[in-house]
Amino acid sequence: MTEVMDQRATRFIGQAIARREDKRLMSGRGKYTSDFRFDGMAYAVFVRSPFAHATIRSIATGEAAAAPGVVGVLTARDIEGKVGDIKPNWVINGAKVPSHPPLAVERVRYLGEPVAVVIAATLEQAVDAAELVMAEYDELPAVVDAEAALTEDAPLLHANVPANHIGVYRVKGGDHEAATKRADRLVKIRLVNQRLIPSPLEPRALCASHDATSDTLTFVVPTQVPHMSKRWLAEALRWPEHRIRIVAPDIGGGFGAKMHFYAEEILVAYASKHFACPVSWTETRSENCVATTHGRAHVEYVEAAVTLDGKVLGMKVRSFANLGAYLSNMGTGIPTVNTASYVTGNYQINSVDVEVNLVTTNTTPVDAYRGAGRPEAAYIIERAMDAVARELDIDPVELRRRNLVQPDQFPYAPHEAARGKWDSGDYEACLNRATDLIDYAGWRKRQIELRKQGRFIGIGVSCYIELVGMGMSVMLSRVGFDRGGWESAHIRVHSDGKVTLFSGSMPQGQGHATTFAQIVADVLQLPLDDVEVVQGDTDRVLAGHGTFNSRSVPVGGSAAFIAAQKISVKARLIAAHMLGATDETLLYSDGVFVHRDHGESSLPFAQVARMAYVASKLPPGCEPGLEERVFYEPTSMGAPNGCHAVVLEVDVETGSVEILDYVAVDDVGVLINPLLCHGQMQGGIAQGIGQALYEEARYDESGQLLTGSLLDYAFPKSEQIPRIRTSFLVSPAPGNPLGAKGIGEAGCVGAPPAVVSAVCDALKPFGIQHIDMPLTPPKIWRAIQDAGRSAT
Amino acid sequence: MKTHMNLTINGAAREVDVEHRRLLVHTLRDTFHLTGAHIGCDTSQCGACTVLLDGKTVRSCTVLTVQAEGCEVRTMEGMDDDPVVRVLKKWFNELHGLQCGYCTPAMILAARALLLKNSDPSEHDVRASLHGNLCRCTGYQNIVDAVLASAKTLQQASLESVEEHAHD
Amino acid sequence: MIPYDFEYVRPTTVADAVALLSNHPDAKLLAGGHSLLPIMKLRLARPSMLIDITHVPELRRIEVNDDSVIIGAGLTHAELEADSRLQDSIPLFGKVAEVIADPAVRNRGTIGGSLVNADPSADWPAAMLALEAEMEIVGPTGSRRVPATNFFEGVMASAVQPEELLTRIIVPVLTESVCGYRKFRHPASGYAVAAAAVVLRYDGERCIDGRIGITGVADAAFNARAAETMLAAGFDGRPEQIREIAAVALDGVVALEDGFADSSYRLQLARTMVERALADALKNRTSNA
Repeated sequence: MTEVMDQRATRFIGQAIARREDKRLMSGRGKYTSDFRFDGMAYAVFVRSPFAHATIRSIATGEAAAAPGVVGVLTARDIEGKVGDIKPNWVINGAKVPSHPPLAVERVRYLGEPVAVVIAATLEQAVDAAELVMAEYDELPAVVDAEAALTEDAPLLHANVPANHIGVYRVKGGDHEAATKRADRLVKIRLVNQRLIPSPLEPRALCASHDATSDTLTFVVPTQVPHMSKRWLAEALRWPEHRIRIVAPDIGGGFGAKMHFYAEEILVAYASKHFACPVSWTETRSENCVATTHGRAHVEYVEAAVTLDGKVLGMKVRSFANLGAYLSNMGTGIPTVNTASYVTGNYQINSVDVEVNLVTTNTTPVDAYRGAGRPEAAYIIERAMDAVARELDIDPVELRRRNLVQPDQFPYAPHEAARGKWDSGDYEACLNRATDLIDYAGWRKRQIELRKQGRFIGIGVSCYIELVGMGMSVMLSRVGFDRGGWESAHIRVHSDGKVTLFSGSMPQGQGHATTFAQIVADVLQLPLDDVEVVQGDTDRVLAGHGTFNSRSVPVGGSAAFIAAQKISVKARLIAAHMLGATDETLLYSDGVFVHRDHGESSLPFAQVARMAYVASKLPPGCEPGLEERVFYEPTSMGAPNGCHAVVLEVDVETGSVEILDYVAVDDVGVLINPLLCHGQMQGGIAQGIGQALYEEARYDESGQLLTGSLLDYAFPKSEQIPRIRTSFLVSPAPGNPLGAKGIGEAGCVGAPPAVVSAVCDALKPFGIQHIDMPLTPPKIWRAIQDAGRSAT
Repeated sequence: MKTHMNLTINGAAREVDVEHRRLLVHTLRDTFHLTGAHIGCDTSQCGACTVLLDGKTVRSCTVLTVQAEGCEVRTMEGMDDDPVVRVLKKWFNELHGLQCGYCTPAMILAARALLLKNSDPSEHDVRASLHGNLCRCTGYQNIVDAVLASAKTLQQASLESVEEHAHD
Repeated sequence: MIPYDFEYVRPTTVADAVALLSNHPDAKLLAGGHSLLPIMKLRLARPSMLIDITHVPELRRIEVNDDSVIIGAGLTHAELEADSRLQDSIPLFGKVAEVIADPAVRNRGTIGGSLVNADPSADWPAAMLALEAEMEIVGPTGSRRVPATNFFEGVMASAVQPEELLTRIIVPVLTESVCGYRKFRHPASGYAVAAAAVVLRYDGERCIDGRIGITGVADAAFNARAAETMLAAGFDGRPEQIREIAAVALDGVVALEDGFADSSYRLQLARTMVERALADALKNRTSNA
């Protein structure tokens, strides 16, 4: 901690401050992408493949092009040679990359793949004209299951991907063969981490306006990664980056689905220049279900090597990851690096043998969705721990206790092949707090009593860990990323003493306008209202990577913190000079500089700022101006972790689940704004409960999406999410100046295994060990019937 | 096929030529630039497009503009002075009842409708009345708490007003 | 998201509405629009004309008499939910209305629209069967009445012909009765996977008769005849008897199957809904006493 921090009278960091952005959003004055209007704006509608796999015999666009109000129609033929393909950004070593044209060329490979785009003066005209595009297809056999896609007679999607096998990823740490030999038991389970549709409430939308005079494109896009979007668009259109201005406005949720590069972006941008009019596009919800990336979609075969006294010696995992028809942006890395790294969980499990097979199938491409690999990993280890507990007849909480990493072991690497270390924490304290808060012992007693009354209560506990806050640029490159891991913060102090932070982070509801202001105002000891946060406009924020992997506070926030500190240093120099003080005799508190020995001489921050620009009395060697730019390169990733405990009741006649209590004890390091932190956990846990009980993206064998709208995809509603008791244990992250680990995804990681654990615990009397997610009422009821015996 | 029609929007008399098939939500957003009603689905389920039609909450995506002939439409932009909305906004802000804000204008209108009908709702009542307003960010808890807190504030205010008048 | 184009007319009498239907075979009636407009937006329906009947006063009246309630088909679910005389007279209306969709949908959707749409998973059909309601239908040749038992013909098929209009629903008022409605909602759509509406008639302490309307389970809502027969033979409300009645309630029924529920689950769910609706009805009796 620096001198400046110690003298702080103002403290915003750690305060539960209500958000400044709320007023505008609540009053209906938010500005989301579809709210933008440009003069002469036209509307785009995409024509999409109705088949999962087919060759395109022909596409006739003449009738559509002649329809009322139509500005133009584009197919692959029209853009040939004019735009580039969509390229993935995270390609792990050895992965094959099939070509991915923005509009299908000769073949369509998933239901919903775009084949043409119609631009018309009104949305109605564009929708009408889109129906007149006559595409003729010859249907091909499709494959939707990852394991099936690898078999000999499976239809092949891409010429350069034999056996539909994109690649394989292996991690071996410790000595798993030895662990297997030493083990008393090998506990095996098969797990499905089902395909999900991220479903932010705001569907994807775009608004492009090309200015012919300056040959500049203004591109409004709800992107979590504005500067990456700019780079990708520039590459695809073969335009210089500086001629593209990305504007990411208010975004109605991202959750990982809005951080990729999509075909529609290329086409809408191209169309705005080609047809010389602004173009607006908004996907419908049904389109979102097929055209925006899905999440998860793994099948895992897990084997835990254990001793009779409950020590887990090693984990073996064979995983099949369904990447969909094309490689999406981060697709290859999620089921591999992002999953395999965490299969030992919070435990001292020193050997692993993981093999992940990446497979392409005739389905929507799969990419990051809140948690991106860590929910899958937590599910693997936690379901394994429950299976081990059953096998060895040890209480599941006790089993966990016997294996947890201890506080004196940090920084902890599970094995020598581990990609990172768990930084700080007290996993047992989290476990103890969670089990206390939920009254684990009490519920175990009640469970027995209630069973006698024919009621089935279940108690489930999960521990989880992840590494977030990517990350060190060199490390990212090593694992196959084509992007850096730093974040930018540019602070400009205006001559009236007000402050603007230009941050490369990009919120979609996380509250950066408040949180980041808290950080800067805290360091500079200014009123919160004096600090403005600007994000999302690449003409104003000149560089950045954006918001994903829970990195905004640890990386973006740290950048802002350091930039503010630099401002503070320069301001002190100027103030000292103005007051005739030394660094020792200069005091600063609450926005006012004071000479320690001449108390009557005081200088408000605003006056120092003014002097920075008037420049009449600056110390020698001091440049005018008061602004600092920081590119913060993280030195490590943080390890949010926690323990979630759930008590629920299963109605065995209907299979319904009622969650009676949900306790979360999470360690995400220092909380910048506790009010917002509780909100992040509640939201993440709600999505985790959604995965556990309600949601699944299902295809039939021919590749038709059976859950193609909210009529079938069970987006959780107010009556379907219980009250959640969130709380935090704070072990500061040693790796960044704020001590924050990152919080955005943790809820999604810890919730599914806790809920599944509780349901299976409730159904233990029926002999049920495991049920695959989502645990819908019919599935639970069927499991009870199939178990074949009545409750013992 | 078009029709010339009249309706009142946020207290102002409006005339517009619309195609029969034009949805009210598109007229509000694209013709009148009232973008506070949002489109979140295409199966009339998410509730993000909620507006008031003759005082009642409706899904503006499932009302044809022509059906609103002669009606009074209120969007969130026209509710700044509504006393119930004011209280709801205070609590939504204090209790962090919104994150991305996309569902929020509609959520507040729906909550207002509940509070006008039931001044002392239980948590169950609140969740039941809001289950046609989807939210992906918050997990609903803070929204429920904000509505319950608003109910208390409004009850208190009306008690105080009764007491005041009792002394008249 | 955008329907095909169509003509739009707004008659103010039933006679005008019927005439329009006769002259425009491709026309559809528009009331609340919450069944029709969604399918038009998905372009699964393409009527050439919409006949908006929400301004026909005859369709929006309600008469609460001692022996019957006559409900205009154009009344919304919300209006029925809020009508206190209706609740006092026939409490089943409130129990059903409050679980239809959500408040905003209830502000627009009409009971007539729901009945004529005859969605196999809609709520009102089960209630109409349990209440032994009669539907009044008006067409070019005059009006006729169809009992609820003959009204629901199949999936999305009611007894109302293309050139006819459902105008009123006539529901007898029972002097001594209790009722219950239990619905298991599809987690995504909110429609009934299985729901049971139960009305039990009493003569003093004795339950002398009952009706059980079931929806969500088959092609159309239906009466659980075997169960009703058992009720008529004497129902004392013991849990064992409730279970017996529920056990036969779905005999012979061919259940729907979909991505959420197969037929054996659906049937079991329906039995459970019958049991629980019966128990609810009995609880109402003890609380009324």
